[in-house]
Amino acid sequence: MVEVEGLCHWYGSGEMRRQVLQQVNLTIQPGEVVLLTGPSGCGKTTLLTLVGALRQVQQGHVRVLGQDLNGSNRRQRQQLRQRIGMIFQGHNLLRCLSAEQNVQMGSDLLPNLGYRARRDQAREWLRAVGLGDHLDKLPHGLSGGQKQRVAIARALAAHPRLLLADEPTAALDKQSGREVVDLLKRLAREQHCAVLMVTHDPRILDVADRLVQMEDGRLIAAPVPEPEPAL
Amino acid sequence: MSGVPGLAAIWSRRKIPLAWLLLTRQPARLAVALAGISFAGILMFMQFGFRDGLFDASVTVHKLFDADLVLISPRSSSSVSMAGFPRRRLVQTLADPDVAGITPVHWNLVIWRNPKDLSTRSILALGFEPGDPLFTDPGLAAKAKVLNQRGRVLFDELSRPEFGPVAEWFREGRTVESEIGGKRVRVGGLVGLGVSFGADGNILTSSETYQHLLPNTPPGSIEVGLIRLRPGSDPAVVIERLKNSLPKDVNVFTKQGFMDFEKDYWRSSTAIGFIFTLGAAMGFIVGCVIVYQILYSDVSDHLPEYATLMAMGYRLPTLLGVVAREGLLLALLGYLPAYAAGQGLYSLVRSATRLPVYMDTPRAVLVFSLILVMCMGSAGMAMRRLGDADPAEIF
Ligand SMILES: Nc1ncnc2c1ncn2[C@@H]1O[C@H](COP(=O)(O)OP(=O)(O)O)[C@@H](O)[C@H]1O
Ligand SMILES: [Mg+2]
Repeated sequence: MVEVEGLCHWYGSGEMRRQVLQQVNLTIQPGEVVLLTGPSGCGKTTLLTLVGALRQVQQGHVRVLGQDLNGSNRRQRQQLRQRIGMIFQGHNLLRCLSAEQNVQMGSDLLPNLGYRARRDQAREWLRAVGLGDHLDKLPHGLSGGQKQRVAIARALAAHPRLLLADEPTAALDKQSGREVVDLLKRLAREQHCAVLMVTHDPRILDVADRLVQMEDGRLIAAPVPEPEPAL
Repeated sequence: MSGVPGLAAIWSRRKIPLAWLLLTRQPARLAVALAGISFAGILMFMQFGFRDGLFDASVTVHKLFDADLVLISPRSSSSVSMAGFPRRRLVQTLADPDVAGITPVHWNLVIWRNPKDLSTRSILALGFEPGDPLFTDPGLAAKAKVLNQRGRVLFDELSRPEFGPVAEWFREGRTVESEIGGKRVRVGGLVGLGVSFGADGNILTSSETYQHLLPNTPPGSIEVGLIRLRPGSDPAVVIERLKNSLPKDVNVFTKQGFMDFEKDYWRSSTAIGFIFTLGAAMGFIVGCVIVYQILYSDVSDHLPEYATLMAMGYRLPTLLGVVAREGLLLALLGYLPAYAAGQGLYSLVRSATRLPVYMDTPRAVLVFSLILVMCMGSAGMAMRRLGDADPAEIF
């Protein structure tokens, strides 16, 4: 699913050149939920953008969904991205589109499906994330948690095999953060979709099948904590 | 019927109409854009309309003549400075086997006195033998009979109102008398010719009356010679023959050539073409600036969203297509009000100035093309901003 080997990454050039990833190795199995934690600025987002084919690989080996990303061109990365779902820290919904239309921007990427089929799938996904009553709302009419759920529906609507999420709960309160993460995990499981999620949030670490910690551009494996005992 | 399944397939392959939604869900921005485009369109319609109208108006009377070929003096430079030539030359053309008929015409500007307020103004007087065919309009022959009485004129009821309420008075049955160059004339009837660039009004007289009104006209001299050809003859061939046989003191034109001669005079001797084309160019540029500003800020405002779409796997050309479609929609939506307003303003111009300004297809197409170029060009420039959308920067 995802194989990363000896990945190094630098930002800047000349004097300003600074290494942010050092010899990162990481493998993700199909359907596995991996959480990536670590202090701010240690390179988590950078790793995510490299795995997500948003950035050119500089050194090392990255293989995602059977495609080698070393020396890949723009077109290959763009096509690979169609098969990767992405959820961002900010929800990044299109402000001019209703919830349903936003999700359909995801299902519109599916080939060989008629307009109706794609729209019906978009509605299905919104119902699955519990927003069946908010199909026609614009993003500014939705709460933070609702927006993030629309973003999950949009990411899943393109039938990805891999879901990348960068601090999806950062803008949410404890309650809705928990709901969003549980939903994300449940739907990913149903779709047999692997998840790589970056989070700072210690309250949600228990959803992980595997926890990976990053420090100064290096990965260290960590044990998955037990779920918080319910009070 | 075979096209229908194809269309249905295309229809079912459609995506979310992002360009349309971007425009319509920001009504204030859309309104500004459409106002700008419509303004530019209206300005272009008006400027081009005036320009073409003025040039067309220079041949209002020329168009009416019943002639295939026209003789004028080489010293004539336009309808406002017609020189005479020997009438003999026109008669000579009858020797040509293809010439079927001729009409000698006197043509000059004279001073008309407004019968109501007694102010004076120059008016175009055409003198001809009342029995001769002058205009293609067959209604003239009956009206022309009255001109056989000396001192009678036919007054053009489409003349500008500054010549006095001649038509109204005449229709009320009153005797309308006026002065031309200090000589008394009486209106014997009304005709409808139309104002032209060089003349705000027209009157028709017999040759005899004309000579009486303008006693300085040398006898046997005319300003315009109309020539009618036998059906089936080739005007170009006859022109060649006439040019060879006639002395160089006359020029031979086709009727179209005669009109082009007049239009060319106004085109080359006045800045009209330049001024109005410049005016239209200003409208075009203002429109470009507005559309570019709107589209550029629209792309800038939505840059993170475009980057998100790229991160989702949308191709850059697809997103450029969204901006292009916004441009196309703006062009279509902005053109419609400009077209409607243009129609309205043209009819306003017609009634206020009597210029023949109509919404003709070539001009409607020209203005639409310019608006399209304006919007698509601006969209093309705004697209460059999309290059700044980096999907790696949105996490
Ligand atoms: N586009 C960039 N150009 C230069 N430096 C960057 C860029 N993006 C991130 N960095 C730097 O790289 C380091 C790692 O950033 P990042 O991967 O975003 O860390 P994290 O997501 O773990 O907080 C940080 O020090 C950050 O300042
Ligand atoms: Mg980060």
